[in-house]
Amino acid sequence: MALILNEEARMVRDTALEFFRERSPIVALRKLRDDNDPDGFDRALWRQMAELGWTGFLVGEDHGGSAFGVTGLGQVMEAAGRTLAATPLLSTALIGASLLELAGTPDQKDEHLPPLVAGERIFALALEETARHAPTKTTTVADSANRITGTKRFVLDGHIADYLIVTANDSLFLVDANAPGVTRTRTIMVDSRNAAIVHFDNAQAEPLGTRDHLETVLDRARACLASEMLGSASEAFERTVQYLKDRKQFGVQIGTFQALKHRAAHMFCEIEVTRSAVTAALSALDENANDAAELCSLAKAKANDTIFLCGNEGVQMHGGIGMTDEHEIGFFLKRARVAQATFGDAAFHRDRYAALMGY
Amino acid sequence: MTDAATFRAQTRAWLEENCPPAMRTRMPEEEQVAGGKRAEYVRPEQKIWLDRMAAKGWTAPTWPKKYGGGGLTAEEALILDEEMQDLGCRTPLRSMGLSMLGPTLLEYGTEEQRQTHLPKIISGEIRWCQGYSEPGSGSDLASLSTRAVLQGEHFLVNGHKIWTSNAHLSDWIFCLVRTDPTVKKHDGISFLLIDMDDPGVRPRPIKLISGKSVFCETFFENVQVPASHLVGQLNKGWTIAKRLLEHERKGIGGIGARQQAKFELPPESVAKMHVGEIDGRIADPVIRDHIAAYSIDAHAFQLTRRRAAEEAESGAPPGPLSAMFKYYATELNKRRYEMLLEGEGFQGLGWEGDGFSEDELRFTREWLRSKANSIEGGTSEIQLNIIAKRVLGLPD
Repeated sequence: MALILNEEARMVRDTALEFFRERSPIVALRKLRDDNDPDGFDRALWRQMAELGWTGFLVGEDHGGSAFGVTGLGQVMEAAGRTLAATPLLSTALIGASLLELAGTPDQKDEHLPPLVAGERIFALALEETARHAPTKTTTVADSANRITGTKRFVLDGHIADYLIVTANDSLFLVDANAPGVTRTRTIMVDSRNAAIVHFDNAQAEPLGTRDHLETVLDRARACLASEMLGSASEAFERTVQYLKDRKQFGVQIGTFQALKHRAAHMFCEIEVTRSAVTAALSALDENANDAAELCSLAKAKANDTIFLCGNEGVQMHGGIGMTDEHEIGFFLKRARVAQATFGDAAFHRDRYAALMGY
Repeated sequence: MTDAATFRAQTRAWLEENCPPAMRTRMPEEEQVAGGKRAEYVRPEQKIWLDRMAAKGWTAPTWPKKYGGGGLTAEEALILDEEMQDLGCRTPLRSMGLSMLGPTLLEYGTEEQRQTHLPKIISGEIRWCQGYSEPGSGSDLASLSTRAVLQGEHFLVNGHKIWTSNAHLSDWIFCLVRTDPTVKKHDGISFLLIDMDDPGVRPRPIKLISGKSVFCETFFENVQVPASHLVGQLNKGWTIAKRLLEHERKGIGGIGARQQAKFELPPESVAKMHVGEIDGRIADPVIRDHIAAYSIDAHAFQLTRRRAAEEAESGAPPGPLSAMFKYYATELNKRRYEMLLEGEGFQGLGWEGDGFSEDELRFTREWLRSKANSIEGGTSEIQLNIIAKRVLGLPD
């Protein structure tokens, strides 16, 4: 397991940091929100990301990818997290690409991976059915002719997806999102990112892999989402520290107050500890290490707690201005809440970690 | 075989041959060897093990050979450490001379001071203690008032130190003293080495909440100290003091990465024992969640320690990570004992005597001892101040 990035991963990170800072700052997310943008993301930006190769990091070279790995994608997602960029990285570049690559038949790969890598086809995972992450609680069914019936919620990028990957009967199916029997309703979320409720009524599907594939890919998703959350938490933290240096009250910078200093220093520690957990999880996934599952739960649990801390302290330390829509710090708080619930909240991952560690 | 692999194989063979079986068991606190003229050995193997390791210089693995050290590179020292952990070998000697004074003398001492003191630290012949805090100078250490007045060839020392760990068992004390009371507080401090044989030095043990007396207060009354025992320049002691504190914090920050981890009982095992199990899991989901929350933080911190080591190895300049170690490690260690006691229930409440196992009684005492972790060597609040200032650049 490597806890520091190699030269190639550092280059990816630097490129991604610059890319999102320049092309997708938080004003871009605000604009998508305020314009009620029907797509909820920027298709031109997504194609640029595809040109940079990021959509192919988990796809083999025979289908146009580079198989660069999870650590590389984690770096891109961390950079995206810094500017809260709304993109289908998680739904498509990670989950869609991983499931097709790991579980797809040769025909499915030939059909779907090249357009995915080109940034021309969006995928979404239709997994959740209850009010919280429960990957094994599935009531959606597929009949003997692979026709699917059921309702899925919190389907990230569900309303813009071209294809849906659905859990039913304890395995995975691929469904054309525009097929008869599929009804999608966009849900407007507090973080201004994409999600939908999807009804399946005898929708025609084809098999795509098993529960084992899902478990592997969920762990990839958890680790990379944790990386995105680490980016968001770090950015919220750094903006807050800057505010402590800029804002004056009682004739001094508020950063001179020990009540604020100590909390800021504590946040620094939590971010650094989270970074170690995230890097370890990404590295373990790339190496197929035996302890990858517990490291992914470790990373997501820490990222949940840390983004919660930095989002809340960020608003509190900004005071009144932090409560305004005009100021950007509130966007981090909103994103934090959604990211925390995605693929397992802290309680879910503490329980899973304990189970994996034998207690 | 690479050099490292050869060194590992040779080291392992040597340890297997030379480390007595009795020294590959869990070490009770009272069997920890700190050396000194008043050292008492519960078992003869403690002394045998110390002498063998000291002869190789491996009580101070990275110190230069010319002072009796091991002369090992950082990588070799790490290998030695790993092999000792793997075999469960006890640390043969743990002392403030090794962890704090030695590195300081190597950096700031005169050649004569190094020649005089380092070999006796390595062999365990002389035990040192630390004279830093005073009743009126805790977190505000630089306000210390123990006076040293230079009179010809001697300093005349008068004052009162506190939290001088194990002063009653020590032979020498390294002290911060005020040599100029007329200037800014940081600019009038000197670093002095004092022989505790002087009748004017009187240590008195302090009984702690754990029932033990590892800390003392130490009184100095007209103590004559040769001028040659000054380390560094007169009135420039604060720089040395801070450097030594870094060594101290590094040592305390090492809590949790214990030598004897393989003998330790993790909180989840203790909880299973006392709370019970359902399908292999701790029966009470709330206690299980608390322990998992602690273990997750401890695991992530362990990874952070490794990350810092990898960064150091890769030649990157020392990052901001080290600043957090003392704070995070000590807060975690306190939580660890809270988890142990929470899991034990009534069995974690015993003080002494019947009705409790040896481990249970030990955990009670160690739980209380752990509360000092976030106070000694600079409180958690002082560590947070340091991070806020040096890492985050927040204004004073």
